[in-house]
Amino acid sequence: MNLLGKLSWSDIPFDQPIIMGASGMVVLGVLLVLGWVTLKGYWPYLWREWLTSVDHKRIGIMYIVLALLMLVRGFIDAIMMRTQQALAAGGAQGYLPPEHFDQIFSAHGTIMIFFVAMPFVIGLMNFAVPLQLGIRDVAFPTLNSVSLWLTASGILLTNISLAIGEFAKTGWVAYPPLSELEFSPGVGVDYYLWALQISGIGTLMTGINFVTTILKTRAPGMGYTRMPVFCWTALASNLLIVAAFPVLTATFAMLLLDRYLGFHFFSVASGGNPMMYVNLFWVWGHPEVYILVLPAFGVFSEVSATFSGKPLFGYRSMVAATMVICILSYTVWLHHFFTMGASANINAFFGITSMIIAVPTGVKIFNWLFTMYGGRIRFAVPVLWTIGFMVSFIFGGLTGVLLALPPVDWQVHNSLFLVAHFHHVIIPGVLFGVIAGYNYWFPKAFGFRLDEAWGKAAFWCWFIGFHLAFMPLYVVGLMGMTRRMQHYDVLAWRPWLLVAEAGAIVVLAGIVCQITQLVVSFRARAQLRDVTGDPWDGRTLEWSTASPPPAWNYAVLPRVTERDAFWANKKLARAKRAQPARSPEYKPIEMPENSATGFITAFFAVVTGFALIWHIWWMAILGALGAFVTLLVFAFRDRDEFEVPVATLAEFDRSQRGTP
Amino acid sequence: MSVAVAERAIDEVAFVPASEAGPAPKRIVVAYGFWIFLLSDIVMFSALFAAYAVLKRATAGGPTGAQLFNQVSVALETAFLLASSYTCGLMSLAIRSRSHVATYWGGAVTFVLGAAFLGLEIREFANMIAQGATPQRSAFLSAFFALVGCHGLHVTGGLIWLIVMMAQVAVMGFRTRVQLRLMCFSLFWHTLDIIWVGIFSVVYLMAVAP
Repeated sequence: MNLLGKLSWSDIPFDQPIIMGASGMVVLGVLLVLGWVTLKGYWPYLWREWLTSVDHKRIGIMYIVLALLMLVRGFIDAIMMRTQQALAAGGAQGYLPPEHFDQIFSAHGTIMIFFVAMPFVIGLMNFAVPLQLGIRDVAFPTLNSVSLWLTASGILLTNISLAIGEFAKTGWVAYPPLSELEFSPGVGVDYYLWALQISGIGTLMTGINFVTTILKTRAPGMGYTRMPVFCWTALASNLLIVAAFPVLTATFAMLLLDRYLGFHFFSVASGGNPMMYVNLFWVWGHPEVYILVLPAFGVFSEVSATFSGKPLFGYRSMVAATMVICILSYTVWLHHFFTMGASANINAFFGITSMIIAVPTGVKIFNWLFTMYGGRIRFAVPVLWTIGFMVSFIFGGLTGVLLALPPVDWQVHNSLFLVAHFHHVIIPGVLFGVIAGYNYWFPKAFGFRLDEAWGKAAFWCWFIGFHLAFMPLYVVGLMGMTRRMQHYDVLAWRPWLLVAEAGAIVVLAGIVCQITQLVVSFRARAQLRDVTGDPWDGRTLEWSTASPPPAWNYAVLPRVTERDAFWANKKLARAKRAQPARSPEYKPIEMPENSATGFITAFFAVVTGFALIWHIWWMAILGALGAFVTLLVFAFRDRDEFEVPVATLAEFDRSQRGTP
Repeated sequence: MSVAVAERAIDEVAFVPASEAGPAPKRIVVAYGFWIFLLSDIVMFSALFAAYAVLKRATAGGPTGAQLFNQVSVALETAFLLASSYTCGLMSLAIRSRSHVATYWGGAVTFVLGAAFLGLEIREFANMIAQGATPQRSAFLSAFFALVGCHGLHVTGGLIWLIVMMAQVAVMGFRTRVQLRLMCFSLFWHTLDIIWVGIFSVVYLMAVAP
């Protein structure tokens, strides 16, 4: 009986210079940041204002910080794979051994979906939805903090796998029987499963929180047909989270039972059924696509209306299209594996439903186009990302319609054509969307705008680099190159893969531009300051409060009488200019107290997850007990709200107006 | 009040649709959120039900449900669990009338009935394992133990929650927060009943169906 389970010194890959170098850099970076925070004495501030904060705006910002950090990690994985494939043709073997290459493509997919796209989208929803609804926080603020920190736990576990042990070599979908203990005896799949189980619980709680927030706690007058479209898409996305993530949790639980206790859900022997995993995985996986892309569509809707100075064209059809996609997303999962061998009729059914989804998506594209048509468009950074999305996403969608044809799919299944297709929808669709949202809401979050020139440079690098990197993959896919190849013998593919490598380098330049944009903007924050709270001439309520907003968002809850509530108010104010602004009737506000519950629970979740991965049973029990006791302490606490007095509210509003 | 007066009163109050009435009271928000959680829990169970349906005949030469299940024991389990939901309802009434004693009694009886259900389930599992019908034996048994065991874990979690809630009533009294949690507990407990009805039908009854 070993006190540390399966863990020993040999699990740290000292003989792998690339891995040791990378993890050494990460450890050094983390130590430097921690040292700097300690040296400057920032810990009390960080603990009070951020780590234990239950403010939806702070939580949203922390989600986005996590997403940006992981975007860099996931991109490093990507460029390593591109470089390997640019090198390893014919006799050359490249610089990555197969077992390392396999971990990289698995980590890249897992990180980009779960730890970049998800936290970015959830971060934007956290930041913007309560502000847009005209309320002070989400329905369950402490639960929101728990969600954030559980997501962070999953991220931490995934990154620990870089240095201690290994990550899954199964691809980001971890299909059995390959992911069963028999064929993947290492801890890689366990890292994958526990990291995603823990962060998945966080995501599920986010879903519950936001469905409740949007359906039950809108400001007075904010009827369903007056909600900003971003809130509608957030609602659809969170409904999908609530209905899809539990399936993933159950599926991973079954695989864990197979791996830990010798169950036979997906094994080849004793009657198990590996295809059941694939079905269940995509019952979650296809809605997941829309969990990510619908809020991005919401951002595009806000951006195109705001920067065209026009109301969104076809609001009702946009909402209807969103909800139709929300429902249809559950009827298409089988198109991820037409080659399973289901009957022609079943494949035809799923092929047709997949093509039907293009209809509401097309409605959306036309709505955005007609919103811009005849408008006075300002080509600010968010608009560039929006137009770039529309141009590119249509083609990505069209290759999707191609793949929805079962006979075509049989030809290109698991080829780089497929890889090109899903990057072609997810990068312009989701990533361009969240970056547009990041540029759009940044001034609201921090009180100063992001630098335009560097933002535009970043856009062009991403736009050009993306096409350079992925258009060649369509070609090699049609030439027969399958995905996830560490090495290949067909030299005719190589020129295309070299172009793809060049594309990855241009994208790298885009990321460097984005980092520069952040640094430059921070330094020039005095010039870029947003004093009005409304830097873009916005339409929705979040622009009616200060930038950054006070903890309570609105001293008096706004009364909504129309769609585009803030725009309507501005129009009204212009119409009766003469009337002096009345001082509002303040009432004291109850705000939720900060809570360390989320942070501490997440700490114990990491301990438990790590212990389970390495079979350190005593530590797993201690970790679970710790989390339970934390929740008990939370349940028995005396006070969970404090009152903001009227004087503070009035004082803040006066300071914003700049009048004594 | 005459009908005419009532009609005038309605006319005078400006009609505000429910969707424009502003944030709902805390009781509604908490209950609604918990309902959403329960629905997500049911979705998770539905995945386990689906797995069970797929693997039901995959006995790999091992025992089938018809050979293993003891209908008498299952009927008793069902009776205990349904009765515990009834006593849980009585507890809710006691909470509404702010009676500590009646609440403790309701909680205690609910706990005993729930624990009896769990005891019978554990005995059933132990008997099956003793006969060699372990979850490792076949895919059918894997799915059976996971589905029924997951429900059993929920009942266990519910029992722990019930103890905590009784402690909260003792320490913190019937303040709003405690009442909201007790309401969530009873919703949870009734949901476990609904899931059990599904398990009873799909697993135990259909096992003996021709």
